[in-house]
Amino acid sequence: MSTTRRVLVPGEKIEGVNISDFYVYDYKNEKRVSIIGVIDLKQEGQISYSPLNGVYLPKEGDIIIGLVTSHGVANWFLDINSPYQAILSVQDFFGSKQSNQLPEDPFKYLQIGEYVKAKIAAFDRIRNPLLTVQDKGLGKIVEGIVVSVHPTRIPRIIGKKGSMIEMLKSTTSCEFFVAVNGMIHIKCQNEQLENIASNAVKMIELQSHITGLTEKVKKFIEEERKVRGV
Amino acid sequence: MARPQRFIDDEGKRLDGRKPDEIRPVKMQVGVLSNADGSALVEYGLTKVLAAVYGPKESQKSISLPDRASLRVRYHMAPFSTEERKNPAPSRREVELSKVLRESLEPIVITDYFPRTSIDIFIEVLQSDGGTRTVGATAASLALADAGIPMKALVAGVAIGKVDNVLIVDLNEVEDMYGDADMPIVAAPDLGQITLYQLNGVLSKEEFHNAIDMAMKVINKLVDIEKETLRNSYKEAGEE
Repeated sequence: MSTTRRVLVPGEKIEGVNISDFYVYDYKNEKRVSIIGVIDLKQEGQISYSPLNGVYLPKEGDIIIGLVTSHGVANWFLDINSPYQAILSVQDFFGSKQSNQLPEDPFKYLQIGEYVKAKIAAFDRIRNPLLTVQDKGLGKIVEGIVVSVHPTRIPRIIGKKGSMIEMLKSTTSCEFFVAVNGMIHIKCQNEQLENIASNAVKMIELQSHITGLTEKVKKFIEEERKVRGV
Repeated sequence: MARPQRFIDDEGKRLDGRKPDEIRPVKMQVGVLSNADGSALVEYGLTKVLAAVYGPKESQKSISLPDRASLRVRYHMAPFSTEERKNPAPSRREVELSKVLRESLEPIVITDYFPRTSIDIFIEVLQSDGGTRTVGATAASLALADAGIPMKALVAGVAIGKVDNVLIVDLNEVEDMYGDADMPIVAAPDLGQITLYQLNGVLSKEEFHNAIDMAMKVINKLVDIEKETLRNSYKEAGEE
């Protein structure tokens, strides 16, 4: 094998430069791990560190999917699988600057329980993440279903060089959009396929540590399709 | 439980057959609860403590801090944890221990990554045979690491006591109740920091220094077991 993998626990030394500051901290001039994770030491001298658990921390520019949980006077509040509630303003949602161009009851157009694909426009330590839908492909999700998984399982769902997600797409012939906050938008031809796809995603989440999972999931989808006759 | 006549016999063994510097058999397990973000079950002999961690999550306004996450710790003894039924309502002692344990965990959790959020830690004593606060600290540390909360290091706790003028490690109920001193210590060996220190009874200066040395030796060992437990629980992930 060209790589060696090892589990590191909080307080252990780590060497390497290109690791996110969030997972390491400085202690007396040495770098130490703060979150349990797996270190990959590749032969080319590259190091990557992926945490095994933890929460999603919003980052400006991230494309995420959020669930509308409530609304205020001129904004919606969204659950984005993170410790912080996200805010989407009415003005931004309708893309107009003047308030007289807004519909009379804007909350009719985006209701509680609906999902939105959005970009994080601003986030810092003192304010909750502010969302924007003013970009290509963003906005309310009108078709398909959204499945929520643990944010640290996202790399597994995508797989090495996208192998897992490509397999999912080809075997279910569905469209997948994987958001970094652990929400996955699945759009299929019919409901049966959607159920199979969402079960497959849940299967990956629960068995993410198993080797040869791609083959196992592929088999599962093929069998399900045979049983359900789709 | 009556007071034993002697705590240490002629062979230098304690009531349960341990040597003075020997700890009880330690068992650790992580990820025992599926609904919590992180959890751990730790046993030192007959003392059994379960810890569960939730968060970081959006916190109530009243306890939210502008620059860091707030820690909430609840130490509680189950009604069935003692010989006679314990009233499940939080007692004065439990409220105090919750505060003391919170302060023993605050230095190791990197709370400033998550301003305005809160992290909940529940420490539930399932079976008590002395040293519940130290076992609680060990369990909480494991559960925090299991939850993926950024930490500077792991902590572990152990109590040092004095019976028949001999310093002993990891007291059980009888030694705690009738001994001459009880000194629980929680420390993070990776940082060289003691995060909880209490002393009930009297120790001489020399005894005190010896006691700290004894405690740190044991805590080093306990933290190594913690690391091994965490590594083993994610073993498959590491080998993949």
